[in-house]
Parts: sequence; structure tokens; C-alpha cells
Amino acid sequence: MSEFINFYLFPALTIGSIYALGAVGISMIFGILRFAHFAHGDLMTLGTYGILAAAALMPVNPLLLVPFGMALTVFAALFVDRYFYRPLRDLPTIYTVISSFGIALVFRSLIQLVWGSENQVLVAGVRPPLILFDTFRVSVLHLQAIVTTAVIAVLLHFFLTATKTGRSMRAVADDPELAEVSGLDTAKVVRWTWIIGAALAAVAGAFAALNTSAHPNLGWNLLLPMFAAAILGGIGKPMGAMAGGFIIGMAEELSSYHWIGDEALISPSYKTAVAFVIMISLLIFRPQGLFKGRLL
Amino acid sequence: MELTGLFFYVVSLLIMGGIYALLCLALNVQWGMGGLFNAGIAGFYGVGAYTSAILSTAASGRHLGGFSMPVPIGLVGAALVAGITGWAVARICVRLKSDYLAMASIGIAEILRLVFVNESWLTNGSLGVSRIPRPLSDFTTGRMSDVVFLGFVWVIVLLVYVATSRLYDSPWGRSLRAIRDNEASALAAGKNVEKYRIQTFVIGCAVMGVAGGLSAHYFRFLSPTATDPLLTTFLVWVMLMAGGSGNNRGAILGALTIWTLWSVTEIFTNRLPPEWATRSSFIRMLLVGLLLQFVLQRFRSGLLPEKSPPVRFRKD
Repeated sequence: MSEFINFYLFPALTIGSIYALGAVGISMIFGILRFAHFAHGDLMTLGTYGILAAAALMPVNPLLLVPFGMALTVFAALFVDRYFYRPLRDLPTIYTVISSFGIALVFRSLIQLVWGSENQVLVAGVRPPLILFDTFRVSVLHLQAIVTTAVIAVLLHFFLTATKTGRSMRAVADDPELAEVSGLDTAKVVRWTWIIGAALAAVAGAFAALNTSAHPNLGWNLLLPMFAAAILGGIGKPMGAMAGGFIIGMAEELSSYHWIGDEALISPSYKTAVAFVIMISLLIFRPQGLFKGRLL
Repeated sequence: MELTGLFFYVVSLLIMGGIYALLCLALNVQWGMGGLFNAGIAGFYGVGAYTSAILSTAASGRHLGGFSMPVPIGLVGAALVAGITGWAVARICVRLKSDYLAMASIGIAEILRLVFVNESWLTNGSLGVSRIPRPLSDFTTGRMSDVVFLGFVWVIVLLVYVATSRLYDSPWGRSLRAIRDNEASALAAGKNVEKYRIQTFVIGCAVMGVAGGLSAHYFRFLSPTATDPLLTTFLVWVMLMAGGSGNNRGAILGALTIWTLWSVTEIFTNRLPPEWATRSSFIRMLLVGLLLQFVLQRFRSGLLPEKSPPVRFRKD
């Protein structure tokens, strides 16, 4: 039992938090701007490298440097929205999707150009795990990731329900035409969507890099599970995306636990396929997600 | 000497250009005619490449094989297996709308890549399949076999071009464009939208499989890196967008133009100072990404825009 919790449950929750933080942005962009943002994974990577660059100058705990990564991703997101996505907004959304593919490539090649394509670590060395109640061994990082995500979830919930901007965001996600004729400032809503999505992408990127290492494909490799999480939670439902992220993360990690007999249920090398299979079956059988999101 | 070097450079450029032209024609059937967003080109390309490689190689203990079939049979096999894979994918995914189809097809391409990497009894894993024969290899040796292969590739391109142009102009192609442009009215006119979409998807995937098979025979070696989504899926999209989606000639022209740009810039970037030369491929990728943005914003109909064939009425 303690083996299950130590080696499967906590890592699964950590992966889940990373997916959850990324999926919030994808779900909000999909809900409000109506397109699947394929550059979101690389936006995460950009955040990671922003933190890495700051860490080279300031040798403190990288988690304190997350604001630098956020600044970079928010700037990048607002920039590409202004110059690359907005000119295509009146066309069928598929053109914006194609454009975001290109932007993903632009982000990745910029990262490789500036920082090279080697693996880099944010924190060198191994930190001893915390031991709780003499049986549970939890790595500090896992605990940080899970707690941070929980705090962000609470803050996000208050933002979306209690502030005017948050409420208008939900209104636009539910019915853009109605929101527009009711006099909501859609440009502001779009701006805040990018700011929140990009900032959370930077946090996700930080934890993803701390969990393994920073490399230019870091975010791209996480993109499809994050899409799966966003669809599972229902498009345009940020809290649903959070839940979806945890479910996908758990499903991925726990699929290689030896549930039956001594063998892993699914070979760990096919771990990532679990998220894809969930995503594809969701798209076919329940595209509105668990929490009744929009169906575009 | 300089001239022969240049000649063989152009030959290799045109061989890869031909393979990309096939991929573009295939994507043009799916996207240009059918409006289906396939973002998993690399997956079907890989299926075709492995099928043809396994069918045509001699026995080897490291992967499934030993059939030693002639190359054309390998390519037919590639088309069949890629087509069947495409059919299975289409059956479940084709009802999805554009963005969702893009996600689903990328997911499927990733699953296929995982299979190529992990199932080493089938593909020899990341070590790859080697000693893949070339067509007509009994008659030519050395560099001349490149020239023969060039002819082989472009004969196939020509065949596919004629076939897809006929399709475009046929009642089938007209129904397809009707579905692409206005699904509701095509449905009201009694067209079986789902059936047409499945057929489109399968035809495109089969041609992608042939392109994959040709690349395996060209390089004589195949490993999972060949199914890198960047170089296959993404570049093909840029080619079709730049060439003109919906136009078969545009697809071929786009493939040749972008592939020439991609390869020729390599010559220049390799002359950069060494600390930059190692990063030259990133500069090229950056430029391709920006080129796509330019095409999308200013140049959407491409080099050769789609031209619907005139409607001919029978004279009474």
C-alpha cells in the first residue's frame, strides 16, 4: 500500500497538476477564442526557459523565479495573438489552428536557437524525500506542485466567480454573441484569457522541468495529454480542465501499476498512449466532456 | 567534376521533392478537396515506410521480414496497409469537426510512433531496418541508381497526379467539394457525407503510405526518426498552403518550391561560423514557421489558386 502511494500516487498527482495547469489555458482559449491552441505546449517550454535564464543570474530556488517565466510567456502570448492570430480571426478557425502549429514551431526553434537543444536541469542533485508518518516518502517537489496547483485552483475559482472580468470570461465562453450584445468588452476578455493561460503555462512548465529536465520538446510532449484533459473537463470550463488534468495524469501513471498479478497493467513505454486513447474515445463518445462543456 | 556534383545534387533534390509532392497530393485530396484536417501525416507515412521495408527486405533476425518481395509489391502493400489504417481511423474520427480531427489524428500518429519505437520484433525498434532494396537495382550500380530512382519516383507522382486530377474533375470530386464548402446543403442534396469523407481519407492515407515506402527505398534505411512530425507533417502542410490547396499542380509546385528552399538554405547556413552552423536547422525551422504565417495572412490561396473546372452541359 505504501509502495502504491509513494511510487504511483504522488507522482501521478504531480503529473496531474502539470496537466491541470496547462489544460486550464487550453480550455479557456478553446472556449473563448474557439480554436485549439497547438502552441500551448511550446508556450510552457518558453516559460521553463525564461525561468532557466533567470536562474543563471540569480541562484535561488527556481520556484521563486517563476514570475520571470510568466512575464516571458504572457508577453509571447499577447504578441502572437496580436500579430499572428488576430488577423485570422474572421476566417474559419481552422486557419488559426494551422497558424498555431506554425507558432509552436517558431517558439521551439527560438528556444533551440537561444538556449541550444541539450537537456538542462533547474536544480542539480538529489533532494531527500520528506517522510510522513514513518511510512510515506514524498519528494518535496511533488508536494510543492500539488499544493501550488490546489492554491491556484482556489484562486482561479474566486477570480471566475467573484470578479467582473472573470464573470465576463465565463459569459463569453458560454455564448459569445450574447456577451457581445450585452456590452461586454470582448477584447479585454481575450487579453485576460491569454494572460491567465500563459501565466499558468509558465507554472506548469516550471514543474514539468523540475520533475524531469528542461529540453525544447518538453511542452510539445505534454500537449496531447493536456488537450485530453481540456476535453475531458469540458471545453470552456477551467475548473473542469483542472479535474481533467488530474484524471488524465492519474490514468497515465496508474496504468503501469501492477493491478493484476505482478506485471504492469500496461507497459510503461506505452504510458503516453493512455492519454491519447482516452482523448480519442472522448472525442468520439462524449466530446462535451464530463462537465458539459461547449461542443464546437 | 563540379558539374556532376551539381547534377547529383539536383537529382537528390528532385527525388525528395517528388516524395513530398506525393504527400502534398495526398493531403490535397484530404484537405484541399475534402476539407479534412489530417495532422497525422507522419503516422501514415511511417506505416507505409515500414510495410514496404518489411515486405521487400531479405530475412533478418532483428525484425519481422524475409519476404524479399519486389519493390513495386512492397509499395502496393504500403498503400494497402496505410489505406486500411486510414480506414480504421476514418471510421472512428471522420465525424469529428476540424479542430478535434486535428487532435485525434496527431494522437493516432503518436500512438503509431510509439508502436514503431517499442515493438522491436516488428521494426527493430530505434535501431531501424537496414538494407532496404531499391527498385531496378539489378541494372544499375552506384550513383546511377539515384537517377533511375528519380524516374521511378516521378512516374508514380505522374500517375497519382493524373488519378487525383481525374478525381477532382469527376462527379465524386464535385460532391466532395460541395461537402467541404457547405455540408448542410450537400446533405440536403442526398450526399452521404460520412461515406465520402471516409473514402477521401482512405485515398489520401494510401498515397501517404506510398510516399513513405518510397522514402524507405530511397534511404535504404528506416528508423522511427523518419516519422518525425516536424519534417513530415508540418512541412507538408506548409507546402500545400504555399502551393495552393485544392489545386493539384499547386500541390506539386508547392512541394518543389518549399523543398528547394529548405535544402538550398542548408548550403548557406552551413557556411555560417561554426557556433551558428550547428544551430542552422533551427533558423530554417523558424523561417518556415514564419513563412507559414505570411502565407496564411497575405497569400492564402497559394501560388496556384484553386480553379473549379467549368461546368460543361451536354448539347441537345
